[in-house]
Amino acid sequence: MSETPRLALDRLARRYDTGGGVDDVSLEVAPGELLALVGASGSGKTTTLRLVAGYEKPDSGRLRLNGTSIEKLPAEKRGFGMVFQHYALFPHLSVVQNVAFGLEARGVKKAERLRQAEAALSGVGLADKAGRPVQALSGGEQQRVALARALVISPPVLLLDEPLSNLDPTLRRSTRDELRAMLRRQGVTALFVTHDQEDAFAVADRVAFLHNGRLLQVGAPESLYDAPASRAVADFIGHASLMPAEFDGTHATLMRANQSVTVRAVAPAGLKGAALAVLRPEALCLNRAGANAPEGWHGRVLTRRFLGGTSAYHVNLADGFELEVLSDDRTFNDGDAVVVSVARTPVPLVAG
Amino acid sequence: MRDSINSLRHDRRVRQSLLLALPVLVILAWTVAWPNVSVIRGSFEHGLGYWKEFANSPSDREALFTSLWISVLSVFGSMLIGVPLALLMGRVDFPGRRLLAAVATLPAALPPLVGVVAFLFLYGESGFVTRIVQRIIGADDPPWTFNGISAIVFVHAYTMYVYVYLFVMAGLERVDSSLEEAAAGLGYSRWGRLRKVTLPLLTPALAGSMLLVFMSSLGSFSAPYVFGGGLRVLSTQIVTSKLNGAMGVAYVETTVLAVSAVAALLLLRYFERRRNYVAVGKGTRARTVVTSPLVRRLAPFLAGLVVLILVLPHLTVLLVALAKEGTWTDQLFPPVYTLDNFRKLAAEPQLWTPVKNSVLMAIIATAANVVVCFLAAYLVVMRKFPGRRILELLLAMPWAIPATAIAIGLASTFNRNDIASGRVLLIGTFWILPLAYFIRGVPLVASAVESSLRQLDASLEDAARGLGASWLRIMWRVILPAVRPGLAAGALLAAVTAVGEFVASVVLYTNRNRPISIEILAQIRALSMGTAAAYSVLLIGLVLIITAVARTLELRSAESGGVISSN
Repeated sequence: MSETPRLALDRLARRYDTGGGVDDVSLEVAPGELLALVGASGSGKTTTLRLVAGYEKPDSGRLRLNGTSIEKLPAEKRGFGMVFQHYALFPHLSVVQNVAFGLEARGVKKAERLRQAEAALSGVGLADKAGRPVQALSGGEQQRVALARALVISPPVLLLDEPLSNLDPTLRRSTRDELRAMLRRQGVTALFVTHDQEDAFAVADRVAFLHNGRLLQVGAPESLYDAPASRAVADFIGHASLMPAEFDGTHATLMRANQSVTVRAVAPAGLKGAALAVLRPEALCLNRAGANAPEGWHGRVLTRRFLGGTSAYHVNLADGFELEVLSDDRTFNDGDAVVVSVARTPVPLVAG
Repeated sequence: MRDSINSLRHDRRVRQSLLLALPVLVILAWTVAWPNVSVIRGSFEHGLGYWKEFANSPSDREALFTSLWISVLSVFGSMLIGVPLALLMGRVDFPGRRLLAAVATLPAALPPLVGVVAFLFLYGESGFVTRIVQRIIGADDPPWTFNGISAIVFVHAYTMYVYVYLFVMAGLERVDSSLEEAAAGLGYSRWGRLRKVTLPLLTPALAGSMLLVFMSSLGSFSAPYVFGGGLRVLSTQIVTSKLNGAMGVAYVETTVLAVSAVAALLLLRYFERRRNYVAVGKGTRARTVVTSPLVRRLAPFLAGLVVLILVLPHLTVLLVALAKEGTWTDQLFPPVYTLDNFRKLAAEPQLWTPVKNSVLMAIIATAANVVVCFLAAYLVVMRKFPGRRILELLLAMPWAIPATAIAIGLASTFNRNDIASGRVLLIGTFWILPLAYFIRGVPLVASAVESSLRQLDASLEDAARGLGASWLRIMWRVILPAVRPGLAAGALLAAVTAVGEFVASVVLYTNRNRPISIEILAQIRALSMGTAAAYSVLLIGLVLIITAVARTLELRSAESGGVISSN
């Protein structure tokens, strides 16, 4: 990155006596970038966010905002707006009073802060709800109030903790598109936490994957999907069947059901020899067993799951190994003899 | 371990919490815990001497066993009334239900001494009900004498069933109604569902309320004091020992009483934690509507009868207050009605002073409760710091420790000036009673504020900080407004308890702070029943008004803590 990062986490660590926490997390967020922290629960993503916000103090490591150290500053001096998982709207204040709260703390005069709060509410499409009590709003509307409240103080970095997890699935899909559009439009730099990779892919420019308190990989959503740095990433991001393989530097040989298949492969630097091939369901192809079948592994269809445009097949290879294959062809039935071939290369590899 | 110390040292929040907690902890340790320590220390002043004296005294042994026996009987009596009433009110809809619901908790709202006085007027030898029964059966003598264990247990059951009723009602609301529906679908009859599903789910609530009744009976003072006759129980024995100057034995008795009550509290807490396993159901629970025409026709009368029995104590006190002094002898109703008794209260300064005293002392005690308990509850719920558990314990302690024990503790601690051992001379001054009331109010105010705070989203404070608000601004603009209804409700309850307080007062009062309850007792002793009843009506009126206000406030703050004091 050529310009100064807006936010830099430098070997940040926070451990709890009870277990959990984060270790050695280093991460840079560029101005205007939307970065998602992804991981299973207990992976340390919320701890990381709370360290940035100042609700937790790091045991060690540094935190820089526009190049200036901020790890000693208390939360109220850092000025990051935060959108909480359950929104944390003040129940005794109206919608517009909630939004104006941060301006009030900054000593903005009443008329001015109401004007700004109302402008922020229009920004999230809630101008007509300004005078309402917050309880009278739907979940989606409350989420937008929380967003407006955080945005109105013009935070250098907006922090969002699972901002979509409290919404029902339909609302969630439309809200996340809206969220990305809104943050883009206002040129906001944002760090957000989610356990849902779809949310992360839909909203973020880059995704940082945390596992057991450690940062395992940072990159564009596509790079995490196509070139996972480790088994934990491959397990968490997307579906995949992990098949043992031998890697010679350019090609991997996958030996299964008495059939050896050699394909072009990519692997993290330094990996050679025994590895695991990350076989995505859509990178595999299902063929009827017979003379015309391409090179592949023999097996039988275990189950078929109809997904609409495609069908997902569970295939049991002749040696008992199970694979998931995605296919447009919905005519295979349970028990059919099939040959599974590799349709897309290079195949990503991870260390076993 | 080093890790945690390290992070503690670095965390400003923890430092700030400790700084805030320190004065609160000191005040509570000094007023709540220290008197108990000096009681226990006093009991060992002569090694095991006082304890041996206690163990060898037949009257003390009698008192201990009578106390326990009365408590066990009171538990059964309260269950007998409380459980069926709660099941009926919680699960069945019948004509008259709403009226019954409105008065079902009334007996617990009787100020301690007033309640007992009311029972004297009602069921005593020349009591209202006694006379009616006597007339019906045409007997020359009263059909019963209202004293001894049976009278005490009767009074306890009549007033303490409310705990059972409230606990079981709350438990019923928590029971997921789909569980009962599932049992019905599996072929269980109404009775089978009750036995196999509902009651087992209510076990924690039942156990909790049983312990609460047990604890209250053990500490109960007014009923044994008035109806005991020659009967000895621990709480009255303590006061007797003190009056006889046998402070050492009084300390032993106090220790025994307090330790039993605290043990019951710890058990109660254990059951309350277990209460959480009951699933929260969705939607509202439908009550079975009574359809039988005969039952429908009878129900309002039966409900009306129960309502009458429940409001009788209040009505009787009112009737006695309105009767002309000395004219109501053996008639069913007073022959002459008058407001003289009330006029006398207002007109004679000597009679009006106790009212002024009680109100003033209640205001002082409650104001102190508001400040200390708000901070303490905030620290307990919203902050993490070493000593939080101790603070929590200090806040709950006065709830478990019987008022008599609190009073003896104060008497043993604040009897001379000795700053080094934490003693200040307050005995014999005006300030000893406000202090006692303050201590008794601590759990009421603290638990009300705590329950308001627990309903708050834990991240509200973080959100405010993230928006740049300072600690003071957060307290003033976020925390205080959010808990105001709970704080007000708790403060009003504490004020009610303080205005009518009797048990600690009777041990500690002086001429300078003579409260209403003591004056009521003096008037009864002087056989001025009208004046005593007029005071009682005044107290009941105050209590009803304040409880009504408190309940509205609590409703506004959603779920109530629902602590009512008795004794």
